[in-house]
Amino acid sequence: MESISLPPKQPKSAFKKIKGILIFLAVIAIYIWTFIGIDIDWARAVERAISNFGVIIPRLFSPDWSATGEVTLKIIETVFIAFAGSFMASILAIPLGFLAAKNMSRSKFLSNIGKWILSAIRAFPDIILAILFVVAVGPNAFAGVLAIAIGSTGMLGKLYSEVVESIDMRVVEAMEANGANKIQMLFYGVIPQIIPEFLSYAIYRFEIDVRASSILGIVGAGGIGTMIIFAANNRNWSEMGLILLAIIIVVTIIDFISARIRRKIV
Amino acid sequence: MVTKQLNSKSLQKTPPIYPVKTKVQLTTILIVVLGFYLFSMFWTQQKMVGGFGNAFSNVLVVVEKFFPPNMSVITAVWDPMAQTIQMAIIATTFAAILTVPLALLSAQNITSIKPLYITTRTVLNILRTIPDLVLAVIFVGLFGVGLFPGIVALIIFSLGILAKLISETIESVDMDPLEAMRASGGSVIQVIFYGLVPQVLPQFTSFVLYVFEINIRASVVLGLVGAGGIGLVLDQQLKFYNYPNVMAIIILIFVVVLIIEYISNKLREALI
Repeated sequence: MESISLPPKQPKSAFKKIKGILIFLAVIAIYIWTFIGIDIDWARAVERAISNFGVIIPRLFSPDWSATGEVTLKIIETVFIAFAGSFMASILAIPLGFLAAKNMSRSKFLSNIGKWILSAIRAFPDIILAILFVVAVGPNAFAGVLAIAIGSTGMLGKLYSEVVESIDMRVVEAMEANGANKIQMLFYGVIPQIIPEFLSYAIYRFEIDVRASSILGIVGAGGIGTMIIFAANNRNWSEMGLILLAIIIVVTIIDFISARIRRKIV
Repeated sequence: MVTKQLNSKSLQKTPPIYPVKTKVQLTTILIVVLGFYLFSMFWTQQKMVGGFGNAFSNVLVVVEKFFPPNMSVITAVWDPMAQTIQMAIIATTFAAILTVPLALLSAQNITSIKPLYITTRTVLNILRTIPDLVLAVIFVGLFGVGLFPGIVALIIFSLGILAKLISETIESVDMDPLEAMRASGGSVIQVIFYGLVPQVLPQFTSFVLYVFEINIRASVVLGLVGAGGIGLVLDQQLKFYNYPNVMAIIILIFVVVLIIEYISNKLREALI
């Protein structure tokens, strides 16, 4: 039987080959650095795991129902933090999103500044912002609101700017040709095109914020996180089980509702 | 709000664009959302000493506390920072390996056994609702303070995201070549390797890099709950109220996250 010959492969350029080899070598170097550098006390981890496994895991799955009242109150506070924070962010992100959109200003410089501001905000983890705001306004839920508001502005601003960049500019140009002024172009040409997607992204960000605000209490910024850190410090794992259950239920419900609303809007 | 403005102007000349019912609906939604917002603001501020105004007059005092940052600590925290990055690298690698079977199991077009596919999906969905730091708290309780619980928490957390993204990619592949292979006698392994892998690989690499970015950002704060890395140092300095040091560490984290994100973004752009 004759061997089947495959069609000849396209020859790769020398540059591409070298680039591929370099990336490969860099990855190998990073892995060598990682596995030499990391030091884990395996013996202790295994020993701890064996002695703790039978204690912690069963308690996590048998929630302590007596704490239901407090957990409910705190999870509601978490949702409030997330809502107030994402509401503020959804408004703060509008000017930044317009600033960062390429098609809204003639100078590339301005849109680059907007993009830099937004990626700088995004580089801060939410909880680091929470640390800063806890020092600023004290250990309470409002510090969490501020942290969520600033943290979400980074991502929402970026998404908003992408929405603005994707609008149909012919509508705006036609208005300009007909003698509309800047304000009219904005209100009748741009805004009707972006509203549904802006709303949809704001709601989507609220989903993420519920998750994010549930841990802010670890640094003192209110919500269920405060209980998480207390339960862990007191080794009260059955209360932790209830907290976990509450987070899972609330996040699932909010994800479900938000997905339905978003499907309706867009 | 805009639609309302639109309407009030056009009312004078032309019939309204939107029916009255829609307008009533929109106004109700707006009022409910605003009311909920105001109530949330009230609720979250009720335990604040001095209220809103006092807090904002405090901000300047705080700026004085944090600045100037004590940049000389950066040489001292270099080691934990490196460990943080190593943590993220190891976690991402293991998650990328473990995600392959999970993604295959939760892809509707590969797993023909329905209960299996639904179970994997549900487990992954539940996993994704738990924030990374909560996982870290539990694993620190389980394994003790150190890098290891952090790595495990990151693996579990990124598995949830990665498996979902990749199973969705697998579900959107072109099934024709796979069916052709099956028809001409390819085994399951062969079909996956020669039909599925080439179609999914670029997306897979891109998603792994994306999750790596998420892991870097998560790993810098894991130490706050005792799971190793730079967060541990940050937590200590916070407890000593040594704010110039805290600010220096925050700036270091900021710079490292920005650099890694930039590199990863460039790589992802090159991939797709």
